[in-house]
Amino acid sequence: MSDVQVAIVGAAGEGIQTIGDAVSRTILSSGWPVMTTKEYESRIRGGNNSYRIRIGEEPPRSLRERVDLLLPLNERAKEHYADLLSPGGAIVELPFAKIAEKEGGSKLYANSVAAGALIAALGIERRALERVLREAFSSKGEEVVQANVAAATAGYSVTEARFSLGTRDEEHVLISTHEAIVLAAAYSGCRFISAYPMSPSTGIITAFARDEDLGVFAEQAEDEIAAINMALGASYAGARAMTATSGGGFSLMTEAVSLAGMTETPIVIVLAQRPGPATGLPTRTAQEDLLFAINAGHGEFPKAVFAPADPPDAVVKTIRAFEIADRYQCPVILLTDQYLADTHFSYDNFPLQEIPPIERFAAPRRILDYKRYALTEDGISPRLYPGQSGHPVNVDSDEHDETGHITEDLRTVRPAMVKKRLNKSAGLRREIAPPEGYRLEGAETVLIGWGSTRGAIRTAVDRLRGSGKAVGALHFTELWPLPEFTFPSGSKYITVEGNATGQLARLLAGEYRIEVSEAIGRSDGLPITAEWLQGRIDA
Amino acid sequence: MPERDVYRSEAENQWCPGCPNFGILTALKQALQALAKAPHEVCLVSGIGQAAKLPHYLNANFFNGLHGRAIPAATGIALANPRLTTIVTTGDGDCYGEGGNHFLHALRRNPNITVIVHDNRVYALTKGQASPTTPVGTRTRLQFSGVEAYPIQGLATAIVHDAPFVGRGYAGDIEELANLIVKAVSTPGLSLVEVTQPCVTWGEHRHDWQSWWKERLTPLPAEYDPHDRAAALHAALKGDYPLPIGVIYQGSSRPVFGTSYRNLVGDGPLAELLPLEKTEIQQRLARMRWPRKEG
Repeated sequence: MSDVQVAIVGAAGEGIQTIGDAVSRTILSSGWPVMTTKEYESRIRGGNNSYRIRIGEEPPRSLRERVDLLLPLNERAKEHYADLLSPGGAIVELPFAKIAEKEGGSKLYANSVAAGALIAALGIERRALERVLREAFSSKGEEVVQANVAAATAGYSVTEARFSLGTRDEEHVLISTHEAIVLAAAYSGCRFISAYPMSPSTGIITAFARDEDLGVFAEQAEDEIAAINMALGASYAGARAMTATSGGGFSLMTEAVSLAGMTETPIVIVLAQRPGPATGLPTRTAQEDLLFAINAGHGEFPKAVFAPADPPDAVVKTIRAFEIADRYQCPVILLTDQYLADTHFSYDNFPLQEIPPIERFAAPRRILDYKRYALTEDGISPRLYPGQSGHPVNVDSDEHDETGHITEDLRTVRPAMVKKRLNKSAGLRREIAPPEGYRLEGAETVLIGWGSTRGAIRTAVDRLRGSGKAVGALHFTELWPLPEFTFPSGSKYITVEGNATGQLARLLAGEYRIEVSEAIGRSDGLPITAEWLQGRIDA
Repeated sequence: MPERDVYRSEAENQWCPGCPNFGILTALKQALQALAKAPHEVCLVSGIGQAAKLPHYLNANFFNGLHGRAIPAATGIALANPRLTTIVTTGDGDCYGEGGNHFLHALRRNPNITVIVHDNRVYALTKGQASPTTPVGTRTRLQFSGVEAYPIQGLATAIVHDAPFVGRGYAGDIEELANLIVKAVSTPGLSLVEVTQPCVTWGEHRHDWQSWWKERLTPLPAEYDPHDRAAALHAALKGDYPLPIGVIYQGSSRPVFGTSYRNLVGDGPLAELLPLEKTEIQQRLARMRWPRKEG
């Protein structure tokens, strides 16, 4: 069996995360690539939550809707998630707490009993789990390690194997898109993040704070307005700076997005989407903020919007985001979502490219009379940071002249400054990567997606091709400015998006004048899967 | 004053003729001169309002950002380059109204910045509405039957939060105000200087402000101890005239915002730090790799 999906379901606080992490690490330790994701309610205790793990011969890139093994931690969850179980699937059930008390001496070890049972059902060696538990609990002393191992062994020994995964000789890196963004930001020389905690973006600032050797100063701001204004202050003063937020928080930030545009201050903003409007579904996923991100901020100014598809792509996009923010002295938005935040993928070889060398600042000694907003052909003015040299650096949110001072000169200065700022867009547009094609040869129907749905769309295309349908895909991960691109002619275009109104469809129709015949949207808060999409195309 | 005014700006001044802001500007220049700060060593940060235009009229670095957001921007600047002398020039509306939340949290954070609040008790740029410090009962161009909301107590709030330096100055006394700013800038951490500054266009006593305020402000007595928090609160909350001016409070010494980070990376501009080595990232990726290597 080369494709197994399991789900651990229960209430918040029951140990889903602990069990899920132990099980997925054990599977990985046995040489199998996995994909894991979490789905949960916005509450601290209780509710119905799940941790899903898909195991495949090849590293899985999309979830299945159903699971082969379901491990419920309570009766309510068992009932709630009963539909998840595929025909022929099995429920893994034991009196976890009772066994933990008997074998480990405390109910506290119930999670290890559950992990043991699931590993047994998968047909994976018990010793692999033992090693994982040893590493996880080593800091708590040998007694705790022994009790967990005993509990796991007990759960393992009374559970029947449903699969026989065994051991493979492979290694994998398990990483999420937000983890990739954090590493790539530090690698890019980011030194400052200020953010206000908001699901699903909170993991980003947390990761910087936890690993202080990354050298990134992390500050929890009093609100998102402070977060972005602090980051802009740091950036003006010469630091590569970023912030991270979600829908409502980004709404608060938009005035300062415009400030970044006007003062020409570089900043990278991670906008981790969740369903709106307003508070919406705080812990669920969506792609509802595409047009909002593109249009964020009053007035007209250049910005770039990227939507990474997965962790390796997030490394590429994050490095590019810092580079482009610096080169074009503008805001760059990285659009992610809860699915990307909470999903880990496996890679046998995780790519890490070189950082392109760029001159972030001008050479002050070559400047006699420094003007922060000196008019240039490409609109890019020499940037210095305050204190770098004897040249004061003056920036202003008012319309300003070349020296950064307020102006009301409507005849020459204002038009020149409008032109200067917008001239940067032309160069910026040339940098933007075109959408990536997938199995476009002879495609009668082209599915067009963006961001996090790439894995699901490609998996669906493979299956549809397998059943004789002439389907291909185009995927955008760089969405603004839209790149120069000619769409293949004679195909039917369908967008696939995590929203109800077809935002990409409208964007493409407006910018490229193509006819999009349908926008397939999912807006129930759950990620688009290949199966879900296939169902929409087959119908 | 220096023989040549190194802080002189070429920008055209947009303040009303006779505005006490000119006095604050002169006092700030004198203070910077006394502190021997070159223009490129100073960073003025402001939001929106008449006080927020001050950076345009003084040759130094400046970041003139959004209404109410000078303090967070200054916090980021001071963290990113601690060698700069970072000074916020703000008004009562900018600092206590639009930016009130940031003011509170700056008091918690204690960034090494000086916040000069031009307190003219009115929204002047928008033509005469109440500000967060307008006295109760004042009739304005929007509060036609008089202001009902109580004024913000900026100085007292700073004292309650144990700010390192809290002072009140007067725009009509340039020498004393310059001395106050020198002390504020010299104090590590957050310094608040509230400057009583009548509005000559919309203020209640716009025609006779000099004589009116002369009787209503008084220096703190010689025996006054600014380290006595209770006395400081009493002085700051004194509502009846005359109001005390001078160094009202000097708080306990506490770490400046970003100290532990600065212990790791040194005190230079963050712009000059090199990015992490690729191997640093590869090591972290190795920690995400399974199975674990033996040993």
